[in-house]
Amino acid sequence: MMTFLAEEGAQNPLIPDTVELVVGLIAFFIVFGVLGKKLLPTIQKTLDERQDAIEGGLERAQEAQTEANQTLEQYKAQLAEARHEAARITEQAREQGAAIIAEMREEGQRQRDAIIAAGHTQTEADRRQVTVALRQEVGRMATDLAGRVVGESLEDSARQSRVIDRFLEELEEKAEAAR
Amino acid sequence: MSALTLLANTDCHINAGCAFPAPGLHSFQYKPIFSVGGIEFTKPMLLAVICMVIVVGFFWAAFNKPKLVPGKLQLVGEIGYNFIAKSIATEVIGKKGKQYIPFLMSIFFFVWLMNIMSIIPLAQFPATSRFAFPVALALLVFVTYMFLTFKTHGLKGGVKNLVWIEGLPKPLVPLIILLEFIQNVITRPFTLAVRLWANMFAGHMLIVMFSAAAWYLVTPSFLSVVAGGSLLLAIGMTAFEVLIQFLQAYIFTLLAAIYISGALEEAH
Repeated sequence: MMTFLAEEGAQNPLIPDTVELVVGLIAFFIVFGVLGKKLLPTIQKTLDERQDAIEGGLERAQEAQTEANQTLEQYKAQLAEARHEAARITEQAREQGAAIIAEMREEGQRQRDAIIAAGHTQTEADRRQVTVALRQEVGRMATDLAGRVVGESLEDSARQSRVIDRFLEELEEKAEAAR
Repeated sequence: MSALTLLANTDCHINAGCAFPAPGLHSFQYKPIFSVGGIEFTKPMLLAVICMVIVVGFFWAAFNKPKLVPGKLQLVGEIGYNFIAKSIATEVIGKKGKQYIPFLMSIFFFVWLMNIMSIIPLAQFPATSRFAFPVALALLVFVTYMFLTFKTHGLKGGVKNLVWIEGLPKPLVPLIILLEFIQNVITRPFTLAVRLWANMFAGHMLIVMFSAAAWYLVTPSFLSVVAGGSLLLAIGMTAFEVLIQFLQAYIFTLLAAIYISGALEEAH
């Protein structure tokens, strides 16, 4: 029944068969060649790329986080500034309002004074005008009266004028004394 | 065809006046499948070539067009790659181990597959139980070991790295030089080859033994119980062999890495 086995007697198993040795070496070198030259560098590259992608992703997330934090800080700062600004503007408005009110008040006062002063001036001018007109009128009337009473014409202007002046000075003295 | 297959085709049982076809060294010798110019091509060689084709084919399919997000096959291949790269190359040799990954990986998967052939139906023979295959690989490891030793340390430093141990008492020096030389230059490559060969040889022998005995004892008698026990043992041994096959391939590769590491490290 052992005919399927090598017919010669059992050899020393520790003596390697030369053909097997060569076949083994060739087979190994083919495995080594394909794996070492082609497949393992390829997969190592892919593994490195994957590592990169994962680490890159983490890095990007980190970056985004930092950026978000920065933006938040920025917003907070802006908000604080805006609040500060608003307070400042309110304060300023209040001050301005107060200033405007004061100014307006002053202006009103000034205008009132001006109006009053103008009124005084006008009154004074009117009074003068009236005084002049009255003086002439009163003089003429007095002369007329005197002429009628005396019966003589006092048409001599020089005399007339002197009489009027004297009369008026008396009137003014009376007025001064009455004041 | 293996001894087992043929045994099953015969009617050699204990009650048929047939002597027990005990497995022996002849169980490891095959008639040539074909012969070219006096060079005989046998089943173990065929198995070695098939293993080569499977290793190359598998990793070609897994790694030829690698994707950043791996498919199933690529993932399995990557697990194998990382196993060699991390738990052997980097772990034993360190950072310099990276460039030896292809060598170690080729050794591991080629040896492992040749071992596995022991339990694959129809193959049922570990190519590594033919001494020439472990010798071929151990020879390569040894050549690499020597080459790296002398390349790293120069001629004088290389010799010193192989035989010298610092700080010995003077009278011991010649003895230690002799022992170190024997260990590093003779024992290491020899045991590397023999360890793998002997394990696979013995494992195959045991499986054949129990299988043959089971078939031989199957008779219409109480001996069938013994045959059943023998069959169970054969099955148990087969399961055990799965572990041994992996372990021996791992040890072979690990020792190759340790020798490379020894060649690369600073003189002690």
